[in-house]
Amino acid sequence: MEADLIAPGASEAGHSAKDCIRLVGVEKVFAGRNPVRALAPIDMAIGRGEFVSLLGPSGCGKSTLLNVIAGFEMPTAGRVVFFGRDGPTPPGPDRAVVFQEPTLFPWLTVWENVVYGPRAQGRRKESYAAAAERYIDLVGLRGFEKHLPDQLSGGMKQRVGLARCLIMEPEALLMDEPFGALDAQTRLQMQELLLEVWDRLRTTVLFITHDIDEAILLADLVYVMSARPGRLKSCFTVGLPRPRRAELLTDLDFNALRSAIMAEIRAETAAAGAH
Amino acid sequence: MTSEAVPAPAPRAGSARLIQLLSALALPVAIIGLWELAAAQGWIAAGLIPPPSQTLRTWYVWAFGPPGIGLNPYSGTWFSTCLYSAERVAQGYAQAILIGVPLGILIGWSRTTERTIDPLIQMLRPIPITAWLPFSIALFGIRNFGAVFLIMIGAFYPIVVNSTHGARDISRNLVRAARMLGTPERDLLWRVIFPNALPAIFTGLRLGLGVAWTAVIVAEIVAVKSGLGYVLWDAYYVGRMDVVLADMASIGILGFLSDRLVLLVAARVLHWKQI
Repeated sequence: MEADLIAPGASEAGHSAKDCIRLVGVEKVFAGRNPVRALAPIDMAIGRGEFVSLLGPSGCGKSTLLNVIAGFEMPTAGRVVFFGRDGPTPPGPDRAVVFQEPTLFPWLTVWENVVYGPRAQGRRKESYAAAAERYIDLVGLRGFEKHLPDQLSGGMKQRVGLARCLIMEPEALLMDEPFGALDAQTRLQMQELLLEVWDRLRTTVLFITHDIDEAILLADLVYVMSARPGRLKSCFTVGLPRPRRAELLTDLDFNALRSAIMAEIRAETAAAGAH
Repeated sequence: MTSEAVPAPAPRAGSARLIQLLSALALPVAIIGLWELAAAQGWIAAGLIPPPSQTLRTWYVWAFGPPGIGLNPYSGTWFSTCLYSAERVAQGYAQAILIGVPLGILIGWSRTTERTIDPLIQMLRPIPITAWLPFSIALFGIRNFGAVFLIMIGAFYPIVVNSTHGARDISRNLVRAARMLGTPERDLLWRVIFPNALPAIFTGLRLGLGVAWTAVIVAEIVAVKSGLGYVLWDAYYVGRMDVVLADMASIGILGFLSDRLVLLVAARVLHWKQI
């Protein structure tokens, strides 16, 4: 079940045709009086239509990695290749981001938030209105179009955050612990919602989380990241059949994988302690 | 009486409002009553501080008396006097908004504007409007624009400073969200920065309005020959303390009403803020 970490350079000439995102030696150091090395050189390839979870403890640099891919931050070294296009690329709707905090525009209604992207690009209403309705339906927000973000619960806000990304029909969806701030029940609901949405759209997803269950439940591949400076430690293939539902959390195969990943993380923590 | 016996909410809300109104009025009424009593009993010299009843009578004649009677030059001039002052405030205030808001937003958003313009504003800001008086009179003479200029200067600082603060005070991820949804760089300002700054802008507008009323009185005392400030000083010189008091009350009422007007606009514009 365990796959080896993709070796540096191995993906260089390999399956670039079907790669969606490829990182080559991506490094990030935050300058300052005490420079912080957030990312050790990272090589990684995410295939088109793949759902990849990035699992790691807080402060391991997984959000930094996402920010670099999204174009929010520049890598100190290395390259981000997106569909064969070599970076650095400014942020754009081809790599839509769902943030941990919903980060909606508080002065816009649910509808206006969802159609923000098409409007900002100056598209005509006829070209996006039907799609907006479709995605609002898909994330279960029908009837809330006129509500303001402040009138919504945390889970509902994240649905808006997801819908405003989906309407852009992104090549990749980057999700930065989007359910981390939700209560356990809402989180489960949102995970099932995301599974459902993904089964329909099959968008490439990079999902960042520190929750092992969440990482396994959602993804095809789970990358485990080590603590600072962040590096990819190992990669686990999740062979569980789709469509998946939350009941899978009690499945034997699921738990076997869970144990394996936990052991990996424990070894990492012990190694870090020994230093 | 069981604990379930909840009184109907509507009359309760009504009586609560009545109690609120009564408790707000109690102290002013008591002070006015005491003042009237003190004047009637001869505890204070009537020429020094006229009693409220006399002030009200004077006020009535000032507003509704026949104009042009030689013995009372104030008779029937209240409305035009108020209009002079209100017009000056409106002109100076409007100019302060037109310059202060865009400039403040630009200073908060652009480093270049911040470096080139903000230092000048911060250097000029400690100069109180009273210190600008001689300069203003020398430049514009005893004319309307001198007063308008002072009001503009006075209202400008709180408006520009708060607008700057509003433009700076934006979550980094909100700007990132706008970028990743495809907002062109030149549109960020009015699509995200400006609406996000609106609550702070309105704080500046309210503060600026207060300064504008201070400025108009100062300007009319010295730099023009009409308006509430002019009458205030003129009446003092001829020993008409009743007119002075009525004038002060008029300034208070106009200031209060104009502040309500700004609040009304704010409630409309910031409807998403008050839930």
